[in-house]
Amino acid sequence: MRPGGAPPGPSVLSAPLSGQLPSRAKRPGEAMARTLFDKIWDAHVVERLEDGTALLYIDRHLVHEVTSPQAFEGLRAAGRPVRRPDATIAVVDHNIATDGSRRTGIEDPESRLQVETLEKNVAAFGVPYIPLLDDRQGIVHVIGPELGLSLPGMTIVCGDSHTSTHGALGALAFGIGTSEVEHVLATQTVLQKPAKNMRVTVNGRLPAGCTSKDITLAVIGKIGTAGGTGHVIEYAGEAIRALDMAGRMTLCNMSIEAGARAGMVAPDETTFAYVHGRPHAPKGEAWDRALAWWKSLPSDADAVFDKEVVLDAAEIIPQVTWGTSPEDVLPITGVVPNPADAADEARRAQLQRMVEYMGLTPGQKLTELKVDVVFIGSCTNSRIEDIRAAAAIAQGRQVAPGVRAMVVPGSGLVKKQAEAEGLDQVLVAAGFEWREAGCSMCLGMNPDKLKPGQRSASTSNRNFEGRQGPGGRTHLCSPAMAAAAAIKGHLADVREFVA
Amino acid sequence: MKAFTTLTGVAAPLPMANVDTDKIIAARFLKTIERTGLGKNLFHAMRFNEDGSENPDFVLNQAPYRQAEILIAHENFGCGSSREHAPWALLDFGIRCVIAPDFADIFHNNSFKNGILPIRLPRAVCDALMDDARLGGNARITIDLERQVVVRPSGEEIPFEVDAFRKHCLLNGLDDIGQTLQHEPAIDDYEAKRRAAAPWLFA
Ligand code: SF4
Repeated sequence: MRPGGAPPGPSVLSAPLSGQLPSRAKRPGEAMARTLFDKIWDAHVVERLEDGTALLYIDRHLVHEVTSPQAFEGLRAAGRPVRRPDATIAVVDHNIATDGSRRTGIEDPESRLQVETLEKNVAAFGVPYIPLLDDRQGIVHVIGPELGLSLPGMTIVCGDSHTSTHGALGALAFGIGTSEVEHVLATQTVLQKPAKNMRVTVNGRLPAGCTSKDITLAVIGKIGTAGGTGHVIEYAGEAIRALDMAGRMTLCNMSIEAGARAGMVAPDETTFAYVHGRPHAPKGEAWDRALAWWKSLPSDADAVFDKEVVLDAAEIIPQVTWGTSPEDVLPITGVVPNPADAADEARRAQLQRMVEYMGLTPGQKLTELKVDVVFIGSCTNSRIEDIRAAAAIAQGRQVAPGVRAMVVPGSGLVKKQAEAEGLDQVLVAAGFEWREAGCSMCLGMNPDKLKPGQRSASTSNRNFEGRQGPGGRTHLCSPAMAAAAAIKGHLADVREFVA
Repeated sequence: MKAFTTLTGVAAPLPMANVDTDKIIAARFLKTIERTGLGKNLFHAMRFNEDGSENPDFVLNQAPYRQAEILIAHENFGCGSSREHAPWALLDFGIRCVIAPDFADIFHNNSFKNGILPIRLPRAVCDALMDDARLGGNARITIDLERQVVVRPSGEEIPFEVDAFRKHCLLNGLDDIGQTLQHEPAIDDYEAKRRAAAPWLFA
């Protein structure tokens, strides 16, 4: 590692290619202060089309079984190869069971067909693939950073909206649809208009019991689910700098719930320490060159953001959603809102629908809501740090009678690590189920589902109607809060446990 | 992709904000490897009762709107996941145009790539169009993409904005990939420079 010396040559990457202007330059030749997003964007523009759309080069393409079959089918029909199999990686995560049955084959015929189709496609097109029974298998947004496939300064795409997760490394990472998956497979580029820049600054320090999940829910509560539309959010400030990489990933993961195209955190020493030594991270001289470039990426001090939001971390109280949109979130000390208090008719109807769907009574304390299921997992919160947080609450305690509590590690490697640390023992002794890696109950498309009317405390990212299974009622919260709910049998204030 | 030039049809009013992609097509219906056949599960939770029978209160189950080709909704339409199954389901049902005050980014993008035109109009205009749509089967709305106007049943024309490149692709039914491959020399060139400057990305 180069000890903080002046970055040598590779700054060519951060300069725009010849004949192109930085995305927001006012006059040709004028050097303009740029944001982290601007710098990565500028370094990846292959060509700018007349109407401002850019052909943007993609460094890493992650592929999973649900959004890729139609893309490969399109390539086959047009006789097109995959342009850069070496920049592509495929894995299965959405469809698969997490109960250990994977060793004997996938039971559900439709799920099996999607997995088999992916296996056929990666073989036919020469795309690297992590098979279901490999230790490295896991949720695509967990394994990318974990294996060093996702790196600072990269452009990263995947046919999945939570690709925003990888922005935690200081990368530009965003979700694309299946037509775009096909486009990237064929051309290694996407057609995109530059996003606007938004900065969310979180000052101060998080109180005990609060995590990055509480920051992200508080931000969404403040700006709403369309608050970031058209923007890329850069998270900054003391509270963000203090987060470990897992915390930053949680934050960037849910940027999409704030409507943003992507979320990012500028790379710093925490980032570099995380990336160093990962299987696919650069090594030796390549590491030094990469590091020098990465260090040039943080936003210039005088860069201008189109939108600024500022929060004080010290004021955050553990958050939990009560409704069916991530913006309908409250501190755990809150009560169910009364639709009659809504500002207008449309909002009143919306609140009424949510209260009914969620089976709530206006004015009811959130801590009175009994849970049937607790789900700790998903690309938002299934990393080793999340499992440690849940185990810390579970240690020496018991899951309340009648509650089904499950912990689903984000990857086979997370699972192994947790087992090496004895966390599985702690959780199982407390009455939690210890499962195999996958998306699991984050979305109702594999065997892990809520039954109609069941209420869950979940560490995932979406509480839409039916998201965890038809009729299921989801309350989003942090892993520590979810574990606390499992112990108490109702939504609970984790601060009672950490006092 | 089917070209989109003009469209005259029945518009269905869906006065809801934050119509998310799970509402449009729930995750359990994504286990397909085809692009077609998703229309039968469009808006499943709202469209059908628990026993599988149709919910008569849902707009697409009412006589004229079964043939709807235009959908009018409130803010933040298509929020949630990146699943292209959402526009595929709309298209398979017969919807070619969605009008709303604003759209989630990925849904907006995905729509164009499947020959669906998403039109952004102010909330008050959407509400006025929703009133037109409530008149039922005889109140047809016309979308003229070439001239960029929505024509109300009264004949009044409402202009809308659309990105020039996307308009061109929609009008001609052009596939993005074919167009991008015309820029292949530029991609080769970029790749060569990038390989020299950042060899670790080509390991
Ligand atoms: S864990 Fe949930 S949000 Fe994440 S990729 Fe899987 S289904 Fe999507």
